[in-house]
Amino acid sequence: MKYSYYPGCTLKNKAKVLDAYARASALALGFELEEIRDWQCCGGVYPLGSDEIATKLSSVRALADARDHGRELVTLCSACHHVIKRVNDDMQNVADIRTRANNYMQLDTPYTGETNVLHFFEVLRDRVGFDALAKKVVNPLKGKKIGAYYGCLLLRPGEIMAFDDPENPRVMEDFIRALGAEPVVYPYRNECCGGYISLKEKEMATRMTDTIQESASGFGAEMLITACPLCRYNLNMTANGLPVVYFTELLAEALGVKEGIEA
Amino acid sequence: MSNVSKTERQAAMIREISGANPAKCMKCGKCSATCPAFDEMDIKPHQFVSYVQDGNIEALAASKSLWKCLSCFACIERCPRNVKPAKLIDAARQIVEREKGGDYLSPDEIPALLDPELPQQLLVSAFRRYRR
Repeated sequence: MKYSYYPGCTLKNKAKVLDAYARASALALGFELEEIRDWQCCGGVYPLGSDEIATKLSSVRALADARDHGRELVTLCSACHHVIKRVNDDMQNVADIRTRANNYMQLDTPYTGETNVLHFFEVLRDRVGFDALAKKVVNPLKGKKIGAYYGCLLLRPGEIMAFDDPENPRVMEDFIRALGAEPVVYPYRNECCGGYISLKEKEMATRMTDTIQESASGFGAEMLITACPLCRYNLNMTANGLPVVYFTELLAEALGVKEGIEA
Repeated sequence: MSNVSKTERQAAMIREISGANPAKCMKCGKCSATCPAFDEMDIKPHQFVSYVQDGNIEALAASKSLWKCLSCFACIERCPRNVKPAKLIDAARQIVEREKGGDYLSPDEIPALLDPELPQQLLVSAFRRYRR
């Protein structure tokens, strides 16, 4: 099985391992991520303004490319996923954005939201299946108490992201369980890490990540997993906080394909 | 152009850019209760709605809340009336940024803010939110 794949800017730089462990794990699970040719940065945050068109076009290009290959489009970074999924919703449901974006793009076939966008977690849950994943685990992460940090972007707005229950999600906990580890549910797992505020106002972001970290360790977690490079960066600002790793690193470890991948 | 008409024009622009309808608000305050940046804001999320309704755009445009919203979408998710306070805040921010000199971030500031771990995602996100 082959999917179109949108890595995004950070997975080519500071978060190379998020990408590398995902590709290796995908092969071990029997599917392939084929990177979209000449993809462009999604911009990191979804352009909320209903009159903003230019800032949505890089997503439209990626979506149309996947459509032209007849494939579903897979993302890893929470921010890329959020932006592309919401632009896809605009292309399906907002006539004004759809018309203006297509007038600008002049594609051979206009894009009207045909592509199905999947986060890697959704591929694991809905295409591979957590039971099948559990059977492929050669190195179960027994005894590890892991807190899932969802953050905002995968979950909200729930109506559009349709990723999981936005207030009481479970996909990451089910993932942790499939790897043989023990998920730790804690109250702040879907509260904001501060996002881009950490560029100019580190103190404000650190207050927020301190609360999240304290919540997770208070409930017994020994480490946190995330899909988002910015969440990871922010959560690491907390002094003496729990270690924060990308979920794909644990996946590669459990599948026995971690060795040999450059960290 | 008189101030009144500029205010009216800006209020209409906020409604248009945001696609949100402040008239639906029933003042339950759930948006402010859930906002992780509440303590940092001078105008709170539930008050944003009233400012737009009353056409009090000048105060809104001067509010530091524009730069405190994290786009976490908690207020949008938890609003029982689908009023979308984060979209109103973003539209007010757009009005400021679309005027000359309204940017909150300059490329000149960046070198001093960098550290070896800082992800590219943080820079692109901040640039998109803080300037045109």
